[in-house]
Amino acid sequence: MNPKAQNRGAAIDLEQVSKAYGAFKALDGVSLRIEPGEFMTLLGPSGSGKTTTLNVIAGFTDVTSGKLLVGEKSVVGVPAHKRNIGVVFQHYALFPHMTVDRNVAYPLRLRGVTGAERERRVRHALDMVKMADFGHRYPSELSGGQQQRVALARAIVFDPPLLLMDEPLGALDKKLREWLQLEIKRIHRELGTTFVYVTHDQEEALVLSDRIAVFNRGAIEQIGTGRELYDEPATLFVGKFVGDSTVLRGPAATSGGETAIEISGQKVATAKRLANGGKPVMLLRPEKLALARPGAGNDGRNRLTGRIGEAIYLGSGSKYEVDLADGSKAIVRSTLEAQSFAIGDEVDLLFAGSDVKLLADDDKADLTLT
Amino acid sequence: MEMKPLTRVMLGLVCLLVAIWLVAPTLVVVPMSFNENKSLAFPPQGFSWQWYENFVTNPDWSNSFLNSLKVASIVAVVATVLGTLAAFGLDRMKARPANLLRMLMLTPMVVPGVVLAIGIYAVYLDTRLVGTLLGFVLAHTILALPFVLIAVSANLEVFDKRLETAAASLGANALTTFRTVTLPLIAPGVMSGLLFAFATSFDEIVVSLFITNPYLKTLPVQIFASITRDADPTVAAVGTILLCATTLLIGGGMLLLGRERKGAS
Repeated sequence: MNPKAQNRGAAIDLEQVSKAYGAFKALDGVSLRIEPGEFMTLLGPSGSGKTTTLNVIAGFTDVTSGKLLVGEKSVVGVPAHKRNIGVVFQHYALFPHMTVDRNVAYPLRLRGVTGAERERRVRHALDMVKMADFGHRYPSELSGGQQQRVALARAIVFDPPLLLMDEPLGALDKKLREWLQLEIKRIHRELGTTFVYVTHDQEEALVLSDRIAVFNRGAIEQIGTGRELYDEPATLFVGKFVGDSTVLRGPAATSGGETAIEISGQKVATAKRLANGGKPVMLLRPEKLALARPGAGNDGRNRLTGRIGEAIYLGSGSKYEVDLADGSKAIVRSTLEAQSFAIGDEVDLLFAGSDVKLLADDDKADLTLT
Repeated sequence: MEMKPLTRVMLGLVCLLVAIWLVAPTLVVVPMSFNENKSLAFPPQGFSWQWYENFVTNPDWSNSFLNSLKVASIVAVVATVLGTLAAFGLDRMKARPANLLRMLMLTPMVVPGVVLAIGIYAVYLDTRLVGTLLGFVLAHTILALPFVLIAVSANLEVFDKRLETAAASLGANALTTFRTVTLPLIAPGVMSGLLFAFATSFDEIVVSLFITNPYLKTLPVQIFASITRDADPTVAAVGTILLCATTLLIGGGMLLLGRERKGAS
């Protein structure tokens, strides 16, 4: 197997894909273009439609309506076993009655690859996931992380132009997960195939992906790079789901190009306004917020009073939860050099109007967060 | 909890008594088969191999033994194939109709054998199946099927269906998936179903008594006929042979299963 001769991976197009179970719409008009060789993560809470989307691409689930193209060819109605797509499952799904070698050789047997060629490709795939020494073991003799690496080898050994991964690290502990994330990134680079990765862990999505599609309630809220989602969330849901955030809600007033929100009698303002109407709310990232002792000099920044509810020392800095006057919570990250505060301290919360993300309020944004 | 010595001894004694009670009838048969006189008296007198000799040389005995072997083998295969397919089908059906169908297929286990026998006999008279191989196979398959169904269903219950999804993603169609993934993993259930089916047919007596005729007798029918006609210790010899055979079969099966499990785990 010559790595250079491998295909670059298949493009995937979903156009207005819907999947209904009776009255319940698991997918509601999902459109998504995944480029050849791209690492695309489908991110969202459970029940948001990300796994359904993966199952639709894999052929485990039929679409109710819409178009689905893999490698520019429609695969609607093509059964899973004819799609030639690699799938890695959260529960590993290794065949317990076969050794590691036989598991990895399974898709090759089905494709009529025999003898030395099959042997060589099994070796190569196991080498790639660093499991070459475990060929004669049975899956039950391996740890979870080892099993998942074998499952990965089995899913790439037949050179599929597309690899789907459904929360593959969900059952593993944190350290192992972080190490395997880097392994998966490396394998993606070496193979050059298209990867579609499902997770509910936004940190994992940020580590792995070229682009991320954020799912909520059977639809995509936003597609973009991790930086785009963090810096320029298109919806309140995305802003809250990707990264930590503080949301300021209250009676809003728009005059000229400026929007002001009143929180328990204190007014905060930004020189922005909502383009598409709706009730404006302010979203702030933790590093854009600063804390000060009450009444410290006014520098023209927005100011809200609050009280430290929780102080967490992170090593590289501190994270504070501040209880605001209206009962909501603000999350503040401060660097090592900054002043430190204790639980119960009265503080002023400071932020510049230009750092505010002004978004339309959306009650769906809260409900699906668990 | 630590047991008092006396409690332990009492417990051991009770267990021993129950064990003796359970195996006593079986163990009575063995010495009787070596009886020197033509009598089923216990304890037996003297020692001789003549009843074993009679079993092998007397065509009444050897033919009925071969008949039973033939019927039971065919029944085992037919019932295992049908029962496995039925269990697989029921496993993939919606729960309500599946449970209904399952109950229907298990009725031969709860319906009194005599009732079943009368029904079968009535039908066989019309269709001229009395005393035929086909007749025995059909009747015994009805009785053996529930055992296969139960054994295979129990295995399918714990079988991880997600493995079939994985096989599909790797390129296996439904039939290949069944052959290479599902069947090997439910094989213990299928094998024990096969053994149960064979045993059910091999020692079936009630229905067999109704549908037998002088041209086709199975071993249990021959034993029953012999023992009601005269006190022939050959039945004891047959019993001893069967005891040894089943012990070997079941013991071997369990050994095989144990080894398999070790290999897989």
